Amino acid sequence: MTDSLRGTTAVVGVAESQLGLVAPGLTPLDLMGQASHAALAEAGLTTRDVDGLFTASSVYPAAGLDTAEYLGIQPRYIDGTVVGGSSFVSHVLHAAAALRAGLCEVALVTYASTQRSNAGKLVARTQLNAYEAPYGPRFPVSMYALAAARHMHEFGTTREQLADVAVAAREWARLNPKAFSRDPLTREDVINARMVSSPLTVRDCCLVTDGGGAVVLTPAERARDLPRPPVYLLGAGEATDHATISQMPDLTTTSAVQSGRRAYDMAGLSASDIDVVQLYDAFTINPILFLEDLGFCAKGEGGAFVADGQIAPGGVLPVNTNGGGLSYCHPGMYGILLIIEAVRQLRGECGDRQVPDAQTALTHGNGGVLSSQVTAIFGTEATV
Amino acid sequence: MDSPHHRYLSGLQQRELRYQRCSACARTQFYPRTLCRHCGSAELDWLTSSGDGVVYSVTWLYAKDTPPSNIALIDVAEGFRMMSTVTGVPTDVPLIGRAVRAAIADDAVVRFELVAP
Repeated sequence: MTDSLRGTTAVVGVAESQLGLVAPGLTPLDLMGQASHAALAEAGLTTRDVDGLFTASSVYPAAGLDTAEYLGIQPRYIDGTVVGGSSFVSHVLHAAAALRAGLCEVALVTYASTQRSNAGKLVARTQLNAYEAPYGPRFPVSMYALAAARHMHEFGTTREQLADVAVAAREWARLNPKAFSRDPLTREDVINARMVSSPLTVRDCCLVTDGGGAVVLTPAERARDLPRPPVYLLGAGEATDHATISQMPDLTTTSAVQSGRRAYDMAGLSASDIDVVQLYDAFTINPILFLEDLGFCAKGEGGAFVADGQIAPGGVLPVNTNGGGLSYCHPGMYGILLIIEAVRQLRGECGDRQVPDAQTALTHGNGGVLSSQVTAIFGTEATV
Repeated sequence: MDSPHHRYLSGLQQRELRYQRCSACARTQFYPRTLCRHCGSAELDWLTSSGDGVVYSVTWLYAKDTPPSNIALIDVAEGFRMMSTVTGVPTDVPLIGRAVRAAIADDAVVRFELVAP
């Protein structure tokens, strides 16, 4: 039933805004303006062509309205779904459905944050559930630490294996001129860094940066007439099973099991068909959980799977080839940047970090405290 | 109808850890709600927990100028999980899987203590 969306839409333009630490006074809307202009230009389009807008924000409660006004567009379709950092992967699925249904013809997905220049802190939901607040967990790191601790207890996952996730991200970042952190990083550096919420040190945590991006989608038939090689959406799925960590059924298994199955079913693919993987790495435990839940290895074997450079450049599976949220850029909500890197890999534009002959890419967004899981699979013309 | 949260808090004032059990499906839930999260029924009974539990996971929070404190998820005997903390333990004692028992202090916060093995 859901296979009707497979290959019917394509990404035709992607761009980041300025990243890292931007000039004082620049707002998230300014950065969304930069990214939207550049992504549309890549597609041979302008804001005049956009009639579908998909956006979410930590600072604009009615982000669709603020963004449309700033860009000077009057979209006939707005989706402001907010499910945390995975929102933009969700937006891609929703955009494909809206494009397929004829509710819009050019869909713009965009997001930006100036959290580093504003505050130097993660701008995120800080209002805790009343049943968790009395204990003072540090949101969100303590929640991910609880998942990591349980994974270590159940499966023997080690502190070194967690560190190797950060080291692999850094090695990819060293190949990406746009990455924020490009200094060498060792396993010992990660383990001996300042402990934040055990077992996670500050080097197990994603960056706090400014930045944003934009992704433009059109129906496949139109995409073939635009300048860049279309990158087709082959499948996508979303899932959620809790909002607060004490309500998560099993801290070692996320609903990426469900979102992944939905995406694979739509795409007609399995993990073994995927050439390059972009996983939301808010913390080092995340890629371990998602590689298991998305079928790249068995449950409990994620630690061994990521160890010793196996997801680093030259490893067995290229994961987070831009350097990820851990070393490239993490502007509060990272999901939009997963998609941009996947598209560039499938176009063969990634220079030193290019995965040879990448035909399929899986992006996986995570939102809240392992709460929202959204998977999207993209492919080149040859895969449609 | 009483606020479920107020009813829970009034239990804590009496040093009782209250939770809900569904009359339709007999399953328990925490935190309290106006309907059953398992089956959707609105027929919920209020019960008082024994306070016995097992540590499901734990993290130690490190901050400047304060000693480390732990945040734990406790699987309570009646079949629900809650966030809390385990008091009176050093950072190097493994806690996951250990038996604990609730102690409700004057501040009406539920904390757990290790039960001697």
